[in-house]
Amino acid sequence: MEIIYSDLLCIGAGLAGERVAIEVAQNGFKVVCLSLVPARRSHSSAAQGGMQAALGNCIKGEGDNPDIHFEDTVKGSDWGCDQEVAKLFAHTAPIAIRQLAYWGVPWNRVVSGRSFYYKGGKRFEKIERIEKHGLITARDFGGTAKWRACYCSDGTGHSLLYTIDSVAISKGVLVHDRSEAISLIQDGENCLGAVVRCLRTGKLRVYLAKATLIATGGFGRIYRASTNAIINEGGGLIIALETGLVPLGNMEAVQFHPTGIVPGDILVTEGCRGDGGVLLDINKYRFMPDYEPEKAELASRDVVARRMVEHMRKGFGVKSPYGEHLWLDIRHLGKEHITTKLREVYDICLNFLGINPVEELIPVRPTQHYSMGGIKTNVYGEAYGLKGLFAAGEAACWDMHGFNRLGGNSLAETIVAGMIVGKRIVEFLQEREVNFSLKLVELELKKQQEKINKLIFGKGRENVYKVRNAMQDILMDYVGIFRNEKDLQLAVDNLQELLERSKQIKLRSNGLGANSELSLALKIEGMVKLALCVAYGALQRKESRGAHTREDYPYRNDRDWWVRTLAYFKEKDSLPTLEYEPATKKIFLPPGKRGYGGTKIVPYDYPKDAPLPEL
Amino acid sequence: MSRILEINIFRYNPEDPASVPRMQTYYLEETPNLNLFIALNRLKEEQDPSLMFDFCCRAAICGACAMVINGKPQLACKTKTKDFPNQINLMPLPGFKLIGDLCVDTGSWFRIMNEKLEAWVHTNKEFDPEAEEERMENSLAEQIYELDRCIECGCCIAACATAQMRSGFLGAVALNRIARFILDPRDKRSEQQYFEIIGTDQGIFGCMGLLACEDICPKNIPLQDQLGYLRKKMGVLAVKNYLFWKKRS
Repeated sequence: MEIIYSDLLCIGAGLAGERVAIEVAQNGFKVVCLSLVPARRSHSSAAQGGMQAALGNCIKGEGDNPDIHFEDTVKGSDWGCDQEVAKLFAHTAPIAIRQLAYWGVPWNRVVSGRSFYYKGGKRFEKIERIEKHGLITARDFGGTAKWRACYCSDGTGHSLLYTIDSVAISKGVLVHDRSEAISLIQDGENCLGAVVRCLRTGKLRVYLAKATLIATGGFGRIYRASTNAIINEGGGLIIALETGLVPLGNMEAVQFHPTGIVPGDILVTEGCRGDGGVLLDINKYRFMPDYEPEKAELASRDVVARRMVEHMRKGFGVKSPYGEHLWLDIRHLGKEHITTKLREVYDICLNFLGINPVEELIPVRPTQHYSMGGIKTNVYGEAYGLKGLFAAGEAACWDMHGFNRLGGNSLAETIVAGMIVGKRIVEFLQEREVNFSLKLVELELKKQQEKINKLIFGKGRENVYKVRNAMQDILMDYVGIFRNEKDLQLAVDNLQELLERSKQIKLRSNGLGANSELSLALKIEGMVKLALCVAYGALQRKESRGAHTREDYPYRNDRDWWVRTLAYFKEKDSLPTLEYEPATKKIFLPPGKRGYGGTKIVPYDYPKDAPLPEL
Repeated sequence: MSRILEINIFRYNPEDPASVPRMQTYYLEETPNLNLFIALNRLKEEQDPSLMFDFCCRAAICGACAMVINGKPQLACKTKTKDFPNQINLMPLPGFKLIGDLCVDTGSWFRIMNEKLEAWVHTNKEFDPEAEEERMENSLAEQIYELDRCIECGCCIAACATAQMRSGFLGAVALNRIARFILDPRDKRSEQQYFEIIGTDQGIFGCMGLLACEDICPKNIPLQDQLGYLRKKMGVLAVKNYLFWKKRS
C-alpha cells in the first residue's frame, strides 16, 4: 500500500485549487494537488472573457465600487445567494486582481484619450482619463451596472492559470497529475484523505492529509451538450456525496450560456456581446431589445438564454442539421478588434465552424455551461458534514451565485475563494491533530479494489457508455432551461431506473493501466446520483428563480422558496434526501426586482396562508 | 456516399504484459464535420474501449490532444478528417514518455521545464494589498499576452530536430517562455541571469534554426522572431562574457 502524507490534499489543480494551495504552502505546509490532467490543462483555462472586480479605472466603470458589484451579484443570483459571502467576495476581488497583476498576469490596460465602442450594434465614443492611463481596464458584461470585467484579450482564464501555476511551482506545491480521487477516507466525523487511482498505471494509492480540499470544478458533462471540458464530470462532488454525510447545495441551479456554437457546443465568450455584438434571428432581426428593452443582449445569462429559447419557440430559430439556433453578429466590431480582443473566438470559429466571424454570422444557442450548485460550505469554505473537508470554486456551493452566476464572477470566485478558504485552512492546520487509523484506510482501499474487480470480472451486463448516454439524454430532454412537473417527474423516474443499471456495469476491455473505460465505470453511478440531485431538486422546487424556470410555477416565490436546497444521498437510497436552509442569514439587500427578466415575485412578507396571486 | 476511413493507430499498453507495440487498423464511416475528437471517441465507445488517448477542452485551448497525424504533430481536436485522405495514421508525440497508445506524459516534462526556467516573476517587492496596481502600457501587456498564449501542447518539441537528437534541449516552448519574461518589466532578473538559463547549447545556441516549431505551432505564436531575438541578445552577451573573462585572465 503506497501512502502519501501531506498537510493539505487539494483535489483539483485549477485556479481555485492552486490558489488555495499557494496560500497554504507559503505558510510552510506541505501541499499535494491531484489533477486529472496536467494542471495547466484544467478547465479554468477555458474561461475567456474576464474576471469581475470593481476597480473603476476605465471611464465606463467610473464610480464603481465593491458595493455595486455586490448588488449586481445578488440581483444576478435572483436573491438566491448568501449575501455575506457575496459581500466578502466583492470586497476582496479588487485585491485579488491586483495580486494577480503583481504575479505577472498581462491584464489589458487603460489607454487614455478618445476611442470607440459598440453597444447594441451602434458605435459610440468614449474618452479615457489621462490619470487612469496604464491601470487595469475592463469590458462590459451581462447583468452589471458598470464595465467591470478585467481581461487579457479573450484568454483571461488561460493567462490566470499559467500565472497561478507558475506561482504554485515557485512555492513548492506538488502536483500529482493524471491522478483521480475515487473515494474519500473518513471516520464519520473527520475527512482524512482519499483513495486515488493513478491514471498512468491504474494502480491505487492512498493520500492522507490533515485537511482535504475539493476543487474539481463543475459537472456539466452529465448533460449531453455542454461547453465544459470532458473532464468536468463532477468527480469531486461524487466522492463527497457518496459519504452520505456531506450535502450538495442547489444542484437544480444549472446555467445555460447563451452562446455555445452549433455544432460543437464550444463557448464563445460573453465578451462578444459585452463588446457590442448582437443576437439575430432567422430574419437577421435583432430581437433582444423587444424582450429586454433596458439590457437587451446584456441581461443576465439565465434571462438571455430563456429569451432565446422563447424566440425560437415562436418559430424564429434557424433550422440546421444540428437543430435550431440563432445568430451572433460581431462583424461590425471590425477585423482589428476581433483578431486582438476576441482572438480565441476568431480561432474557434475558424477551427470548428469553418467561418470567419469578421465577415460571417456565428451560429449559437444556449448550452449547459456552469454549475451554481456544489459541495455546500460555510463562508470559510468548510464543507457541511465532515471536519477537515473544504471546497472552493465551481465545485463548491459557497454560495455567491445563487440561481444564476454573472459572467466574469466565476474566475473572480476561484481566486477570491482561494484566498479566503486558503487562509482558513492555514488556521485549521495550525490547530489540527489527527490520528490516521490504518485499519480505516485498509478498509476503504479494499472496498475500492473490490469495486474495480467487480467491474472487470463481475457478472454485470451493462455498457458504461450506453448508461452515460441515456443519462445525458434524460437531462437534455427533461431538465433543460424550461422545466415542468411532468418532464421532471419523468426524468426522476428514468434516472432512478438508470441508477440500478449503473450498478450492473461490466467492462468490455481488460481495465489494465490508464484505462478510461474503467475511469468512467468507477464514477457512473455517482454521476447518475448527481443527475438525480439536479432533477429531483428541480422537481421539488415549486417556483422560478434565476436559471431554474418552472413553466408551472412562474413566480419567484420569496415567501416559500427563499431557501437553499441541500441534497444528501444515503448509501442504499435511490433518491436524494432534500433539506432546506435559508438562502442567506444576513440580509443587506432585501429581495426586489432585478431590473431585467420580467420575473413575477411573491414577496417574502406575503401573507402566510394567502393563495398566490393570480397570473 | 460517405467515405470509409481507415484509421491506423499506434497501440501499446505498458501495464499489460500481453501488449506489444504495433499499429492497429480501425474503420469508421465519415460523417459531416467529423474531427478526430469525435472520431476517436466513437472508435473507443463503439469498437474498442481499451483505446487510450487524451482530450480535455476539445476547443484547441488546453493542448492535451497533440499527436502525430499523418506525420505531423498537431492538435487532434481541431483536425478535420475531410482534410485528409482515406487513410489516417496516428502516432503518439515523440520526445515525451509514453503512457499508452496515443497518451504521452507532457505534464511531467513541462513541470520540469518550468522549474528549470524558474518561469515565474522574480521580484523583491512585497505585494501591498492597499496599493494601486503598477501601471503598464496596454501595448506591452498585449505583447506579453501574445507570448503567453502558448498552451504547452508539445508540438514544437515533437517537431524539433534538435530536441529529438538531444534530450534536455529546452526547445521553442521554453525559449518563448523566457522571451515572455524578458519582456515583462515585473520580472527583475538580469540579462546575465537569463543567460545562465538559456545561454548554452541546451538553450538558444543549440537551436539549428530549422524552424519546424514556427510552422507547426497550433497557436501561431511568432516563435521565429523570439528565437532570433534571443540568439542576438544572448550572442552579444556571450561575447561580452568572453571578453570580460579574457581581460581577467
